[in-house]
Amino acid sequence: MSIDVVAEDPRDNLFLVALKSPSFMIGLVLTLIFSSAAVLSFIWTPFDVTEVDIAHKLLCPPFQDWIGNLGLPSPDNNWFSSWKCRNDPAYILGTDHLGRDMFSMILVGARTSIAVAFIAVGIGIVAGVPLGLAAAARLGSLVDELIMRTNDLVFAFPALLIAILITAVYGPSAVNAIIAIGIFNIPVFARLARGAALSLWTREFVLAAQVAGKGPARISLEHILPNILNLLIVQSTIQFSLGILAEAGLSYVGLGVQPPTPSWGRMLSDAQTMISFAPHMALLPGIAIILTVLGLNLMGDGLRDVFDPKLRRSRT
Amino acid sequence: MLVFILKRLLSLVLTLIAASVVIFFVIEVIPGDPASFMMGFEASPEAVDALREQLGLNAPLWERYINWIMALLRGDFGTSYTYKVPVAELVSDRIWVSLPLAIYALILSVVIAFPVGVLAASRRNSATDVTIMGATQLGIAVPNFWFAMILVLLLAIKARWFSAGGFPGWEEGFFPALKALTLPAVALALPQASILSRVMRSSLLDTLSEDYIRTARAKGLSRRQALWRHALRNALIPVLTIIGLQFSFLMAGSVIIEKVFFLPGMGSLVFLGITQRDLIVVKSVVMMLVFAVIVVAFLVDVAYAFVDPRLRKGRA
Repeated sequence: MSIDVVAEDPRDNLFLVALKSPSFMIGLVLTLIFSSAAVLSFIWTPFDVTEVDIAHKLLCPPFQDWIGNLGLPSPDNNWFSSWKCRNDPAYILGTDHLGRDMFSMILVGARTSIAVAFIAVGIGIVAGVPLGLAAAARLGSLVDELIMRTNDLVFAFPALLIAILITAVYGPSAVNAIIAIGIFNIPVFARLARGAALSLWTREFVLAAQVAGKGPARISLEHILPNILNLLIVQSTIQFSLGILAEAGLSYVGLGVQPPTPSWGRMLSDAQTMISFAPHMALLPGIAIILTVLGLNLMGDGLRDVFDPKLRRSRT
Repeated sequence: MLVFILKRLLSLVLTLIAASVVIFFVIEVIPGDPASFMMGFEASPEAVDALREQLGLNAPLWERYINWIMALLRGDFGTSYTYKVPVAELVSDRIWVSLPLAIYALILSVVIAFPVGVLAASRRNSATDVTIMGATQLGIAVPNFWFAMILVLLLAIKARWFSAGGFPGWEEGFFPALKALTLPAVALALPQASILSRVMRSSLLDTLSEDYIRTARAKGLSRRQALWRHALRNALIPVLTIIGLQFSFLMAGSVIIEKVFFLPGMGSLVFLGITQRDLIVVKSVVMMLVFAVIVVAFLVDVAYAFVDPRLRKGRA
């Protein structure tokens, strides 16, 4: 009889359940596309992203005129610009104001974004989860109180203000952007781990482990952590997407990744003054950010549904 | 009720003290010597010494901290090193750009999110609901500064309905100033409205499955009547938390949007401070933003107590 119960646990056929969720599949495909773009950029890009080539500057994507005229009666008018733009089929997404290939820059930008967000989420997990577990194991103690108060304090500084403080002193750099985003992830994971661990500490299997003589650290590691892993994975995808948005924002205002490393946020900041005659410079990196973030969010939602059908109703 | 407010007031003061200590350390202790940091590498030792004297850097650490806090309490935010005017003076003009912008964006976000969230919840799983959920998922993924650039391209450069940036000042009349803030506010509000709609929907769905709603339905109320009369009020509590969080996010988030629209707000002041190594300006403005965030969190908690009678009765 107990076999039936186990077989109905959705985690056992997680793969099948995931396949049934269209939003999860869309998210997975988008995430795979952008992570392979990031990996691809290590071995191959159509052009060198640091090479300035003024002769080929501000080329439009070859398909821009066609899209720009969609739904408009006269070919002289255009949704994007009144400029007739040159294009070259070798540059499938056009070039920027320095003649760098947009497609290559977006590939390398994917690498930058993913690396920054990945490390920032890593900082959050590595520092936050042990803190949350410790707080739950010693509920109400000084440790718990101290950890939760410190978390409140970090929440009082939005990530952007932390970044501003750090860059004001150390100067802008990718490392400082990672630290600024990562610090903000710590309380998120600490809170999540604490809350989830608290409900597990009242369960029988934890009691059994206590009776067996295991200490709180060992119980947290061997019994609590494996049971909150699902929640942590879901939250990681969400924080990952927030990290990509934060990196883009910081790089856009010049506090993040520094030139000549391409980053989607920096590309947008370059594009701003050229938006009236080179809108593709603004549109393309923006679309890359949106699709990546959308993919991660859809994947996170899908995973949450799979891991916990009870939450399906109340997802936000 | 009074006990609850007093308790929260105490933690408000403690958080403020902790935040001020963090800011003080990051700005005044970590750079080593703020005077030589501010004057750059080429400054003469005499000039650095003079600045040290002027900033009171020769006093012991704790005395400098106490002096800073006492000055803040008197409303003295220090004198900008670059502009030679009191920081309070620099801020007083700019706060009337940043604050109205944040409030404008918050109002837009609430005005959009409420009907959208209620509509999606009341037609759960219908085509309307699926469309709204998809659209909000997209809205969350859009970086607000990118959306701002697209708004500028379409509504300012192409359609010429708005100006592409700048701020005429409130002296020029209420409506011209409001018009200048409209595109920035819309850009800020889009992701916030998406998040808020989703919270509104899921919170409403949660309350709609409560026992008292079933009772109300059994009593003969239609689903719609039950929603408007009983569910909506109770669903507002999580929504209120998010609105509070959003306000603090908008205050800090407008830092980036101000850059897109060249608005003379608090954010651009911080950036000026960073580029000119004016640590006094950075310190004071960051402290003010953190103060705003912490106070808003406090007000939301107190508003909770008014909305939710259970909290009022001392379950604090």
